[in-house]
Amino acid sequence: MKRFLPLLALLGALGFALSTLRPPEEHTPFDTSGFGRLPVLANGRIKPLDTVARSALLQLQGRQSVIKPDAPDLSFTATLSDLFLHGGKQYYAAHPAPTEWLLDVLFASDRSDTYQTLAIDNPDVLALFNLKPQDGLGNRRFSFSQLTGKLGELQRQAQLASAVDEPVRTAFQRGVLQLYENLLHYQRLKHMVVMPGQDDFLGDLLHFQDQLVTGVAAVRAKQAGQPADETAVTAMTTMGEQFMTMSESTNLLAIPPDTGNPDPNAWQTTGAALLETFQRGSVNSSALAYAGLAHAWRHNQPDQFNHLVGLYHDGLAKRFAPQLAKCVAETRFNSAEPFYTSIVLYALAFFVAIVSWLAWPNILGKSAFYLVAVAWIVATAGIATRMWLEGRPPVTNLYSSALFVGWGAVALCLVLEAIYKNAIGSVAAGTIGFSTLLIAHHLALGGDTLEMMRAVLDSNFWLATHVVVVSTGYAATFLAGFLALIYIFRGLFTTTLDQATADALTRMVYGIVCFATLFSFTGTVLGGIWADQSWGRFWGWDPKENGALIIVIWNAIILHARWGGMVKQRGLMCLAVGGNIVTSWSWFGVNMLGVGLHSYGFTEAAFFWLIAFVVSQAVVIGLANLPLAKWRSFQPAAKTVPADALPAK
Amino acid sequence: MNALVRDFRDFFVSLKLTVVLLVLGMLLVFAATLDQTNLGIWGIQQKWFRSFFVLQDVNGIPVPIFPGGYLIGGLLFINLIAAHIYRFKFVWRKTGIFLTHLGLILLLVGELLSGLWQEDFQMRLEEGQTKNYSESYRLDELALVDTTDPKFDDVVAIPEAIVARGEPVQHPKLPFRVVTKLYYPNSVAQPRAQVANPPPPLADQGPLAGRFVFSPQPVTYKENDRNIPVAVVELVAPEGTLGSWVVTTDVPVLRTVDGAQQLGLAEPLPQKFDYAGHTWTIALRARRAYRPFSLTLLKFHNDVYAGTDIPKNYSSRIRLTTPDGRDDRDVLIYMNNPLRYAGLTFYQASFEKGNDHVTILQVVRNPSWLLPYISCALMALGLVVQFGIHLLGFIRKRRGMAAAAA
Repeated sequence: MKRFLPLLALLGALGFALSTLRPPEEHTPFDTSGFGRLPVLANGRIKPLDTVARSALLQLQGRQSVIKPDAPDLSFTATLSDLFLHGGKQYYAAHPAPTEWLLDVLFASDRSDTYQTLAIDNPDVLALFNLKPQDGLGNRRFSFSQLTGKLGELQRQAQLASAVDEPVRTAFQRGVLQLYENLLHYQRLKHMVVMPGQDDFLGDLLHFQDQLVTGVAAVRAKQAGQPADETAVTAMTTMGEQFMTMSESTNLLAIPPDTGNPDPNAWQTTGAALLETFQRGSVNSSALAYAGLAHAWRHNQPDQFNHLVGLYHDGLAKRFAPQLAKCVAETRFNSAEPFYTSIVLYALAFFVAIVSWLAWPNILGKSAFYLVAVAWIVATAGIATRMWLEGRPPVTNLYSSALFVGWGAVALCLVLEAIYKNAIGSVAAGTIGFSTLLIAHHLALGGDTLEMMRAVLDSNFWLATHVVVVSTGYAATFLAGFLALIYIFRGLFTTTLDQATADALTRMVYGIVCFATLFSFTGTVLGGIWADQSWGRFWGWDPKENGALIIVIWNAIILHARWGGMVKQRGLMCLAVGGNIVTSWSWFGVNMLGVGLHSYGFTEAAFFWLIAFVVSQAVVIGLANLPLAKWRSFQPAAKTVPADALPAK
Repeated sequence: MNALVRDFRDFFVSLKLTVVLLVLGMLLVFAATLDQTNLGIWGIQQKWFRSFFVLQDVNGIPVPIFPGGYLIGGLLFINLIAAHIYRFKFVWRKTGIFLTHLGLILLLVGELLSGLWQEDFQMRLEEGQTKNYSESYRLDELALVDTTDPKFDDVVAIPEAIVARGEPVQHPKLPFRVVTKLYYPNSVAQPRAQVANPPPPLADQGPLAGRFVFSPQPVTYKENDRNIPVAVVELVAPEGTLGSWVVTTDVPVLRTVDGAQQLGLAEPLPQKFDYAGHTWTIALRARRAYRPFSLTLLKFHNDVYAGTDIPKNYSSRIRLTTPDGRDDRDVLIYMNNPLRYAGLTFYQASFEKGNDHVTILQVVRNPSWLLPYISCALMALGLVVQFGIHLLGFIRKRRGMAAAAA
């Protein structure tokens, strides 16, 4: 039985990974998934509404799940019985999928205004609204209705805060601006396809269409100073004002270009498309389709809704086949959440590999290897899908760099594990894979991670060479550091670091440092050449360049110290752990300086974690310098001390 | 060899020195990066990298606090060369190391040369405008131009540094002496009427005379801040003074916005005067470098992604002409695609916010621009060779071990 464990682990992991590819279940009679696949142009990219919903939720409240305010407070057993015996009827009614939430925002904002989906963490910002943390869901999420009374005050505070230079803003000012921006985004969503607050926008539009000829004539007459039908004039101006409000309140372009328009990016806001009615004489059909969907959603008519989604989709399919194919794939990618699958498997692999040092080394070691391999393949698929969706090399922003650094480090771990088969590679892979995906998760809270590239970065050649190579250098430097952590922890706290393992770890660290030197150096230099091509100087002492240079110098220090006999095993390990500090600083620290051409902005929480990580690594280096007698593995009773572990003379 | 010489040699060829210098270099780069928030990118280069010692102002006295880039780089350079001469012995095993370090020597030389030789200018062009000069970012000059002949201008440009020194300048082309009565490298202007007890006006000529009070400001090195130098210059002819002019790079202008007066800045117009039958202009302006060709901006494009303000591409269509008519062609300069011409490189650097008809090009002369490319190729090749040799050795050893085990 025992020897089938690796195979079981492999099959289980594969089964888990494949199961995420199923189409998501519908928990309402509405075809919300079909709606989620409809394309819009937002932030410069054609994307499905499903992505709009998910990235909006991440931006507004830091997670994708929504709980309705009228959710029944079920006990744990009641929830279980609901989920497993009744198909989760109550659970899914109270926990709408992101697209369902978006449907409420778009079409029934009177409902969505009561959902507690706006995160406010700063107590002083809460005080503006006379709210306490307890008033919010999970002590931090509030509904739009809870905030409406004091929006004027928020706007005033936002104006005051935005006058302050970004680097010197206080936490309160940053909180105010964040909330203000989030509320603006919520307003943009509300005004994306129909006029919020109108009970029957479809009826309004149809009526408007009928009255258009007489109405326009009446307006013209009035402008010419002739007698005019006042009701018709008022009806026209009211609609015109609504359209104007809609077009000014959103930047999400929901209406595709007309047939015959050669520019595939000439999408419009619904408001702008409706304003064109006055010239065209007929209401834009896409706008009508959305108004129809709104009607069906508000009046609980799933059949009409599903029929309309199908019709609208088919209408687009003729002209936007490739974009729709990408939208379908992206929606599936969103629901499959490959990086979530991956992070679970990495965590599992880590534990299995650790246990393999204590019992069943071969069997558990092999199982861990398979788990890492499947996790890595899933991550590869995820990264590849992102590349295809975006039409870009793997690293385009901080988020994707986290994905890629983890991916590269784990790939090296797989190679190490295939050579050494001592579970060290799997432990390192589990740790790095898990932590980089966790970092990526937190970096994704800003919204959609498939961003458009700013002009200077718009070069697939340099993104594919400089950025990929330098990120591989980061990955390798981190890996060397994590291998060194394993050496130090096993040597200090366990008796498992025997001579063979210590030597193997040393060779691994040395090899990876060589690899890291090559890649970080080549990547840095390629960056210099890119800078020479685009800014006119090979080297400009920009913070990001300096960060990369520091990694190169650090790796050179390790190699020269080793070659000169200035450090032996333990010294090498300490220096490699130092590589973690250096790399984390140039990866994230320089972004927090807020100067230079490469800066991406500052996040407070990230700063805290960076400092915490640096301190922890410094502590480990301190621990590693404890006298050998304190190292459990090297205590005379335990084993012979590896000759190389003695301090250098 | 006596012991002292041997110690001296051992010091310079030692790997320990290499490691110490690398550590110092790393700390230097780190500290300089942090200092950028105070000094800006140009300021830290002068203070930390292009210096032998980093000087910190302590109560007005410059105190060396750290070895500078030239010192560390120079010692590293000596260490590298000395070690290679001393230990050099050609073996295949070490070709990678040799190549890498040769590349590094070239890289250091290249960085030194570009520090010494590289010149940066900018060129601001409006659509339809033609220029045959580019302008310095940071240096200014006092330009006295004889515009009598409509066919050409006769320019005498006095560098700002000489104006700052305050000594009278006599130039064979100028029929008068130039005397600086006041000079501030950075200044702020206030309308004279709004200042209590203003000092008596120094200037008596030109439209600015007597209208504003200029006060000195600390010089800024920040990336997005500009210094506004101001000078009062007196022109003295043999028969007596012609008067004094206020010259500055950014002229204060009072505008009325919503009924209230606001102080703004504008580009200065040359101030005209006549003397001895000639018409002259006087101006303080960015230092110009004239070129033997001219560029005309035909069209500037500034594209953003649909529905956003994320810039997608900037590009300038430019007509390049030389007076001899040898070159007369259209070129397109855009991001990552500069124009290299006559030893100069023109980059799409920037644009003016809210004005879609102006391009700002960066103009760089760097005769050593090829060196980094060569050295990088050498170093990358060297590292690949060296680590390849390591890897092969490792594989061979493991094969041997596996064979022995079997």
